[in-house]
Amino acid sequence: MSGDVACAEGAISAGCRFFAGYPITPATEVAERMSTRLPQVGGVYIQMEDELASMGAVLGASWAGVKAMTATSGPGFSLMMENLGLGVMLETPCVLVDIQRAAPSTGLPTMVGQGDMMQARWGSHGSYEIIALVPSSPQHIFDLTITAFNLSEKYRVPVLIMADEVVGHMSEKVVIPYVAPESLLNRQRPKVRPGKYLPYEVDDGLVPPMAVAGEGYHFHVTGLTHDERGYPVMTAEAQDRLVRRLVDKIRLNRKDIIQYKEVQVEDADIVVCAYGISARIAQFAVKMARDEGIRAGLLQLVTVWPFAEERIRELSSQARAFVVPEINYGQIVREVERCAGGDAMTILVPHMGGGVHSPAVILEAIREAAQ
Amino acid sequence: MTNTSNIENQSIERYLRRDRLPHIWCAGCGIGPTAGCFLRAIGRDEIDPDKLALVSGIGCTGRVAGYIKLDSFHTTHGRAIPFATGLKLANPELNVVVFSGDGDLVAIGGNHLIHAARRNIDMTVICVNNFNYGMTGGQAAPTSPLEARTTTTRYGNFEPPFNLPYLVSASGASYVARWTALHIRELEKAIAEAMIKPGFSFIEVISPCPVVYGRMNKEPEGLDSMRYYQERSIVRNGADLRDVDIDLNGPIVVGKFVDREYPTLGDNLRQVSIRAKEKAQTKAKGKI
Repeated sequence: MSGDVACAEGAISAGCRFFAGYPITPATEVAERMSTRLPQVGGVYIQMEDELASMGAVLGASWAGVKAMTATSGPGFSLMMENLGLGVMLETPCVLVDIQRAAPSTGLPTMVGQGDMMQARWGSHGSYEIIALVPSSPQHIFDLTITAFNLSEKYRVPVLIMADEVVGHMSEKVVIPYVAPESLLNRQRPKVRPGKYLPYEVDDGLVPPMAVAGEGYHFHVTGLTHDERGYPVMTAEAQDRLVRRLVDKIRLNRKDIIQYKEVQVEDADIVVCAYGISARIAQFAVKMARDEGIRAGLLQLVTVWPFAEERIRELSSQARAFVVPEINYGQIVREVERCAGGDAMTILVPHMGGGVHSPAVILEAIREAAQ
Repeated sequence: MTNTSNIENQSIERYLRRDRLPHIWCAGCGIGPTAGCFLRAIGRDEIDPDKLALVSGIGCTGRVAGYIKLDSFHTTHGRAIPFATGLKLANPELNVVVFSGDGDLVAIGGNHLIHAARRNIDMTVICVNNFNYGMTGGQAAPTSPLEARTTTTRYGNFEPPFNLPYLVSASGASYVARWTALHIRELEKAIAEAMIKPGFSFIEVISPCPVVYGRMNKEPEGLDSMRYYQERSIVRNGADLRDVDIDLNGPIVVGKFVDREYPTLGDNLRQVSIRAKEKAQTKAKGKI
């Protein structure tokens, strides 16, 4: 099945029972699959009037206690930034899938891009942390969609799946396993009775338990800066307390959140750092380099946000250079360069979009780095 | 009489977040009286407050959700209706009320308003219309009457306003009414009616905004607006909605305009769910 369809199936397996979206190439097939599957399993699919509304409806559904998702591509992703920020502020578990196409603006609607990576990190206004995962195959997007729901429930944060058009549209074999209910995470529920419950009071850790509408808790939540009661408080102190917790609940748990895959990095002089479809091409280039006697390896970023800083830092003392192929004109390469801190060279191999790198182009960069 | 007002006061006490007082609204504003009508309406027997969810957007009226002790959501500018749509579809047992202002619901949120009416989703929208953007200091809105003075139309508003009841009715709403902040009894009754009415209900509440809109349009005190509503309101239930435009200083036609039965979005979704399950079963049998 295609990556888009696998994503929808992953969501169903993860317990997602609400989807709101708006048609957009190359993410439409996620919505189509959900519109067929959700009514079969007692869920609801709704096509909203735009992506502003889609993201709003997803948040509403989550506050009614249902696992909820939307899927879009660049232009719709831009519109969703507004309510993504509300999702962060209200601490709303949900999943947002971006099947990236070449941009800016309408760009190349049917063709691949990876240009929304920084928008994923900083697209909504303000200082916040988000979780973003990048799949590289239909099977991977199936698996990561389940991971995305689990992380969003655990940390009460919207989780982004930053796929690309090639992964979304390619068809490969996908194994849909039995997913044990106990392997699926659900948000922590309030342990106190209505009247005693404060929506943003944390007992242990940094993630507050979450009541949902209709249970008699009579809670209030707001996009304004708020205190433990959920009430607006217009002071710098309240802002400091809230923003620190919103950021720290992700930052301090990064070891639990961050996933990456490595191929032959143990002795690598040259580390190719890539994600999404580019990681698969990079792996091929690494093999070609090894055949030439160059000690190359692959670091495939699966979690892109929060960024795998520690691992890059470790590798920068061992490796001579990082080669970073991306289907954009340089986004994640900046993070790699920052973390390498001058200890290793950083070489960007950009592709402006509409196609993928040829392995030969990446190999050439590896060769240059090895000289 | 005494008995009734006791019950009313109990209802206000019970569902008001007293720990959030004083509120932010100006003296003479119509949002408070409208919120009072809502509080009294939910004190009636038909409404289960545990199943009632309140959603607001941004602006002066957007603050209502913060003062009422229900499951209440203060969301983004214009998006209260989409948020409420998600709540209602994910849990059809919820009674969902959107309480927001004209700028929020009709300008930035206008598209969501007409689509929610078209879907006939079971939801009540209370739209406090004070003809301008109060929170930001009195700018023109798509509801400002032609020639009205605002901080951005010093020479008179040059855009005609929406006729909200006509717009929402044409879009497919099941229930449409308009009252003013003076029509306390009628408004409370309308809100109570709308909350138990299946389908999309819309209540426009014409409201004084003495500090900004009023000051610039010869209604500098809340009482001036109330007097104007008293003198110029015409109750016309079932009015032809083509004739309910609001002109500057003109008559205000109020009343229950639309009350009709349509299948709701929930009704239609239940059919879809039955069909989907039947089809899935047939397919499964075919494989055996």
